[in-house]
Amino acid sequence: MTTPAWSWYRYASPASFYPLAGRLVPWFASFAALLALAGLYVGFFVAPTDWQQGEAYRIIFIHVPAAWMAMFIYLVMAFWCAVSLAFHTRLAAMMAQALAPTGAMWAFVSLWTGAFWGRPTWGAYWVWDARLTSTLILLFLYLGFIALRASIDDPRRGDRAAALLALVGAINVPIIYFSVRWWNTLHQGATISMTSAPKMAQTMLTAMLLLTFAAWAYTIAVALYRVRSIVIEREALAGWAARLADRRTGSGDGATPSGAGAR
Amino acid sequence: MRRGTAPGVLGALRWACARDLRLAMRSRSELAVIVVFFLLVTSLFPLAVSPDPELLRSIAAGIVWVAALLASLLGLSRLFAADHADGTLEQMVLAPAPLPALVAGKVLAHWLATGIPLVVLSPLAGLQFGLAADAIAVLAASLVLGTPILSWLGAVAAALTLGARGGSSLLALLVLPLAVPVLIFGAGSVESFGAGLGAEAHLSLLAAGLIAAWVLGPAVAALAVKIAHE
Repeated sequence: MTTPAWSWYRYASPASFYPLAGRLVPWFASFAALLALAGLYVGFFVAPTDWQQGEAYRIIFIHVPAAWMAMFIYLVMAFWCAVSLAFHTRLAAMMAQALAPTGAMWAFVSLWTGAFWGRPTWGAYWVWDARLTSTLILLFLYLGFIALRASIDDPRRGDRAAALLALVGAINVPIIYFSVRWWNTLHQGATISMTSAPKMAQTMLTAMLLLTFAAWAYTIAVALYRVRSIVIEREALAGWAARLADRRTGSGDGATPSGAGAR
Repeated sequence: MRRGTAPGVLGALRWACARDLRLAMRSRSELAVIVVFFLLVTSLFPLAVSPDPELLRSIAAGIVWVAALLASLLGLSRLFAADHADGTLEQMVLAPAPLPALVAGKVLAHWLATGIPLVVLSPLAGLQFGLAADAIAVLAASLVLGTPILSWLGAVAAALTLGARGGSSLLALLVLPLAVPVLIFGAGSVESFGAGLGAEAHLSLLAAGLIAAWVLGPAVAALAVKIAHE
């Protein structure tokens, strides 16, 4: 595959993206750790106790960032899938493949923490609320993407099939959300309204935003790390990967600060 | 497309539809299995839930729709798999006739062979659960509008899973989450009709989905078939 010489496309080549990702991973990982520590500190020690829900509300600091990331990552994944289908770029498909497990994890975390939050506040681990139900379906969409990608042996064909599935899913996500919401309002009138949440104190918002950015940085770090693994796995036979291995065994790993990344 | 040298869009659609219908009629037992499965699933619910007519009437539409959704999964694997295995599908990809039209013909035939029997049998299932005649009509109307959407979603998933390991269970994992809106609006139409709200809103949304499926479906399913043959 020949890479055009324009600067924008330079990093679309796995060979030039691989070292860049390796340099970025430690940065995003440390951002994530710092932001998470700050956010957890503000969330658990500075933010006031909620007058209505007591201490149980503090799970919001993990729950809401997880739910946001679960939805956001699906959009990012669909974007990379569209790029990979339109331009036949290998790296875009690898990026989507690297993002999917993290997105599924966030969807699962948001459901899990939601259940533990729901128990003390609503008295039930699970209610068929529109958001809960659509997050559950989102988790199934992630799992379908991962399963389809994993069950096709030819990587290029698997990339394109999974990409098309992700795009069909992306068209469907808003439809699913609104259909579930409408279904919910029709079925149960006045049980729990999650939309009329109490107004948040400033420190609560700060903690939540800090943890959201932490989740964001974590996702980028993990996705880049995973994409490096996918790149090296798929391009193992390409010349540049062999030269990389030679250089690493020959002169240590001075080229990239994260020597552990490719092991 | 290339007029004169190759069949046009409608010609290709008609050819593919007639061919698949003829094939379906040659293997009628497979179609019978789908119909029996549908009736069997609807008959299982009273046994598992309760024979209380009041309760059954309130969940009838949901049961019929879930049964229709599951039954529509059964026939999906034969939509492309046999043609893929003997190379016919590859010839269709290479043929000068437009692939989206050929795929649309196959999906139409699949719906006529597997969707229509479910629509025809839905009044029977409705009677089993003691639905009123007008509610049964709404149920049948929702199935007429909804099952083609299921066929299109299924066609895309079936084409994507060609040559993948773990065929039919993977197919279910791909189709079922995407089919949620159809299920909600389909079962919801009967429910809201029973509640005196009228079924127009739900049926209109299903019809909108049907149009969207027929507009987007051929291109997406054709792309999925092409991906399977790269």
